[in-house]
Amino acid sequence: MPEIFDIIIIGGGPAGLTAGIYASRARMKTLILNEGTVGGQLVLTHEIANYPGVESISGFQLGNIMKKQALTFGCKIRSNVQVTGFDYSANPKIVEINGSERFFGRTVILSPGGEPRMIHVPGETEFKGRGVSYCATCDGDFFTGKDIVVVGGGNSALEEAVSLTKYASNVAVVHQFDQFQAFPYAVEEAKANPKIKFYMESQVRNILGDDSVKQVEIEHLPTGGKTMLSVDGIFIFIGYIAKTQGFEKCVILNDRGEIIVGTEMQTNVPGVFAAGDCIAKRYRQVTTAVADGTIAALSAIEYLRTN
Amino acid sequence: MLQTNLTHVLTASAHQKLIQENENVMICCGRMGPMCIPVYGIMEELEPEYSHVKFADMEFDNPESHPIRNAPECKGFMGIPFTVYYKNGKLVKATSSIQSMPQVRSILEAQFDNKKQ
Repeated sequence: MPEIFDIIIIGGGPAGLTAGIYASRARMKTLILNEGTVGGQLVLTHEIANYPGVESISGFQLGNIMKKQALTFGCKIRSNVQVTGFDYSANPKIVEINGSERFFGRTVILSPGGEPRMIHVPGETEFKGRGVSYCATCDGDFFTGKDIVVVGGGNSALEEAVSLTKYASNVAVVHQFDQFQAFPYAVEEAKANPKIKFYMESQVRNILGDDSVKQVEIEHLPTGGKTMLSVDGIFIFIGYIAKTQGFEKCVILNDRGEIIVGTEMQTNVPGVFAAGDCIAKRYRQVTTAVADGTIAALSAIEYLRTN
Repeated sequence: MLQTNLTHVLTASAHQKLIQENENVMICCGRMGPMCIPVYGIMEELEPEYSHVKFADMEFDNPESHPIRNAPECKGFMGIPFTVYYKNGKLVKATSSIQSMPQVRSILEAQFDNKKQ
């Protein structure tokens, strides 16, 4: 007879871990299945200074505390697994990992989180770690005295462009629209920096190099004119996408691939809930993920009580 | 010292000793940052499964990590962590920046062909 969990949570970021804490503390037999390192994008944050009750903490530390809390209450966690199949209409619901192992749950909470959006141009994957980067604080010092490109027009892109001028000689910001999405303070700070040059209404078309990046080709969208920039690196900050690939087979997603939920975090499938950065919502913060996770766990517990 | 549960390599001589005394070695040279932490997590997860491989970390900003930072195989690397794999003391594979579990696993399988213990 296979073990049947009350709640299987897919994803171990702040939403999933919070759901795990609430569910296991309510003595639900709970399992978290996580594709990467437990903590999700939280561990990718150097400092969190706006989490209420905590003046300043690294994302790594906060994630580890959440994990410890969940484990203390009896939650089981399997990390670095790959979800390869599922049947959420079955009773109990089935989740398959790594192409072989199957788990059974009376309810499921989907909290797979998000991942950085790529620009999908030739050279992006080949030169990852050899000039293509998604983390200024990690790799900025490799570009001391060098010229780089920053792609994006939101707060992250402009703030990181300014931060990268500590190292780089020149920073070319490439943005596809004629206006920035960033807050005015970030735009003003970037525009006031003499090391930053802007290529508006432009997109990267090609990343070229040998051992490492040497050139980036950009296209000016209104004219189609191409420009080759001689640079040593390119930092990409164009937001995040929900990691919901494959979920369209079981729950309703919007046109951005985000899971549509009700106010109780319920999806269109009975007994299946969703929480965190994977759901359709406007604001994505650790605090909102934690709130989503709480609601999803309480809703799943209520579902189990009444069904 | 890095906050991981891996073996910490603190000096260049300890690095040399480790790769001389172990047939298969994987060392992740990084910081406690976004691109590195996931790789340490993967290594911790795989360590019990690959008992014929010695898993270790080394601080990128420790000057003693120069054998990794200056390895010819790491030429052109511009993203941490630098993850290096040694077979019988010889560097056989190096990667730059974050790696996924399947990527790490496929290198371990390809380079350290001993059957898993």
